[in-house]
Amino acid sequence: MSASTSANSGKYFVPQPSHWPIVGSVALLTLATGAVTSLNEVSWGLPVLYAGFAILIYMLFGWFGVVIKESEGRLYGKNVDASFRWSMSWFIFSEVMFFAAFFGALGYARMHSVPDLGSIDAKLLWPEFAATWPSSGPYLKEVFSPMGAWGIPAINTALLLTSGVTLTIAHHAMLENHRSKLILWLAATIILGITFLTLQVYEYVHAYSELNLKLTTGIFGSTFFMLTGFHGFHVTIGAIMLTVILFRSMRGHFDDKHHFAFEAAAWYWHFVDVVWLGLFVIVYML
Amino acid sequence: MASVPHGAPHTTPAHGDHTHDGHDDHHHLPTGLMRYVTTTNHKDIGSMYLWFSFAMFISGGIMALLIRAELFQPGLQILEPERFNQLTTLHGIVMIFGAIMPAFVGFANWMLPLQLGAPDMAFARMNNWSFWLLPPAAILLIGSFFVPGGAAAGGWTLYPPLSIQAGMGMDMMIFAVHIMGASSIMGSINIITTILNLRTPGMTMMRLPMFAWTWLITAFLLIASMPVLAGAVTMLLTDRHFGTTFFNAAGGGDPVMFQHIFWFFGHPEVYIIALPAFGVISQIIPAFSRKPLFGYASMVYATASIAILSFIVWAHHMYTTGLPMAGQIYFMYATMLIAVPTACKIFNWLATMWRGSITLETPMLFCLGFLFLFTLGGFTGLVLALTPVDIQLQDTYYVVAHFHYVMVAGALFSAFAAVYYWSPKWTGWMYEEKLGKIHFWWSLIAFNVTFFPMHFLGLAGMPRRIPDYNMQFTEWNMVASIGAFAFGTAQIFFLVIVFRTIAGKSGIRAPAKPWDGAEGLEWTVPSPAPYHTFETPPAFK
Repeated sequence: MSASTSANSGKYFVPQPSHWPIVGSVALLTLATGAVTSLNEVSWGLPVLYAGFAILIYMLFGWFGVVIKESEGRLYGKNVDASFRWSMSWFIFSEVMFFAAFFGALGYARMHSVPDLGSIDAKLLWPEFAATWPSSGPYLKEVFSPMGAWGIPAINTALLLTSGVTLTIAHHAMLENHRSKLILWLAATIILGITFLTLQVYEYVHAYSELNLKLTTGIFGSTFFMLTGFHGFHVTIGAIMLTVILFRSMRGHFDDKHHFAFEAAAWYWHFVDVVWLGLFVIVYML
Repeated sequence: MASVPHGAPHTTPAHGDHTHDGHDDHHHLPTGLMRYVTTTNHKDIGSMYLWFSFAMFISGGIMALLIRAELFQPGLQILEPERFNQLTTLHGIVMIFGAIMPAFVGFANWMLPLQLGAPDMAFARMNNWSFWLLPPAAILLIGSFFVPGGAAAGGWTLYPPLSIQAGMGMDMMIFAVHIMGASSIMGSINIITTILNLRTPGMTMMRLPMFAWTWLITAFLLIASMPVLAGAVTMLLTDRHFGTTFFNAAGGGDPVMFQHIFWFFGHPEVYIIALPAFGVISQIIPAFSRKPLFGYASMVYATASIAILSFIVWAHHMYTTGLPMAGQIYFMYATMLIAVPTACKIFNWLATMWRGSITLETPMLFCLGFLFLFTLGGFTGLVLALTPVDIQLQDTYYVVAHFHYVMVAGALFSAFAAVYYWSPKWTGWMYEEKLGKIHFWWSLIAFNVTFFPMHFLGLAGMPRRIPDYNMQFTEWNMVASIGAFAFGTAQIFFLVIVFRTIAGKSGIRAPAKPWDGAEGLEWTVPSPAPYHTFETPPAFK
């Protein structure tokens, strides 16, 4: 079939039966089994966990490979494109709600549980505990320093904000069908993202070795590392998405009309950017 | 649930090229088991959801019957207390995530494309994954009974500190919740996209079938609340294994914080279960009253209002945790506000029936059972919303009675109604009306024998989740246990009805539109619905 007729025929593309979902399910069952057993010190746990990751990566390559092939075969019409846009928007909304749980935990700990532990009612239990923030709680009493906002975190903010700009330049280049410019600015975005992650690793090493700020440092350490850690994980995912988009751009994919995957990755990247701004203000500055 | 061969004719002749297919042609479609493992067909996937749901319903039901057997008389008879706690915990999770939610997703899969005039769900491959994530989760949940320490035993709400101290069964629970959450989110994205983007031309939002409207809003609730649960159980996991102190006062955290996060998910979850049930009822009552639904627009707005309110009432589950007075008063009034849109729906259903020419086939009977008993469950909900009353009734059997009236007589009865209403479309055969009616009356009576005495037990002070009880509670517990076994048997009878329907034992082939008052595009295709329907959008007037 020719690309133009199917894209304009008004029919909605419904894929053939596929084995990739069941591979994904096997991957997640293997992963969960490996995680449960290795967390409970079963000797064969870790190999199973790694096997789960391997199957998952195999599935992601295979499944996305099929989707890219279908997309480049121009099997997806305007309607499918609209579906993809809806789905990515709702997926990002679900991610927002995931972060909301952890921001909520931070807010609750800071505004409620820590002040409560220092209140007059709790004096009987912990007479010396002063309810200040940051806190590692009345019993752990770990001495630590919080991460200052104006060192690496400020640089990281600048890096991510800049990456948003470079990505937008790449986006416009794509809409103008200017491929070398697209590739150049996309690569710049990825490099900024990787620099961000490198600095975050450095920041974590600094926290552990010099500030005595650890995941186990009471509620401050818990919220700090879980929020920044999940954000860093999402930056990693975003950088991988953009890298795939970069390789696809180098192969000549995407033009001014056919570029959903680029925009989905870009939305995702802007989303992690916005989450970072929330982190920078709420976790580091306040 | 019918086994439709691949060779079934298309409703519309395919054009020269098969844009329907990702590859070249129809030739190499898998058969047998692999057909269901790899399928991208919404009808196959809908059937798998429904069968999975029934299997989980039986598993959770066996757990319930073990609980009721233990509670038949005071003292410890057949279960260790640890095992009893594991059973109450897993019964809750398995019934909610394994039985009720997949049942309604199954209805959505089967019926939404038919109701909307869509060729399939918007993302057919992802649809398959949404389903096939459920068996791994079920393996983790059921398997956790057999690991050292047994299954999670802190109640389905997974409250710390119990859930932090529990053994590896809790880790299996956590990962099962993650996997089921991923399944729900993908399923919901699929359903929202299908409704928003795949409606046939002319079907404006305010002309959507009510089942589609309720599912649209349910899917929104799922996408907004499931990630919050994922966050909550992730914090449990790191508190358990990685030394964080989210729910540990020693490090400045708070076990009550888990309850806040959990119920921020948990209360919308109640409506995730109830709203599609409302949708089913809103389809069936007009069909058997032979009148259009009364107050369609108000139904839509009521559904949306319930959804919004569901996010701002969560702490009514926590009146005894030491909430400040202002919080108690706010959550009490906000909770009672939900009665307004809910009553709007009840009155709309009553007004739909008013002066209709009503016939009482099995789907309608289940709807009437739903109306009576769900309303009763709603009223006990209002009782429990009152802070001073709830402080007395917290963790008593009154709460157990309340939520089983809304979950079983609400959600489950509407699921039965949906099966009887739509099974002619799925199987091509009518079910046997007499058997359906027996199933209804048997379920209705057994349900009330089981759960109505729990109101008395709760008001008298019997605590929930305890395997032993004071002698004074014996009689009503015996009654409840007898009712529970009768109710369980009724559902085996239901399974027999389903098998007999599929086998065509009624001898009555279903016409395209077996219910003369029914409206909607699903009744314009033959029964059983062909394997592929609406490859091009149908006309909608």
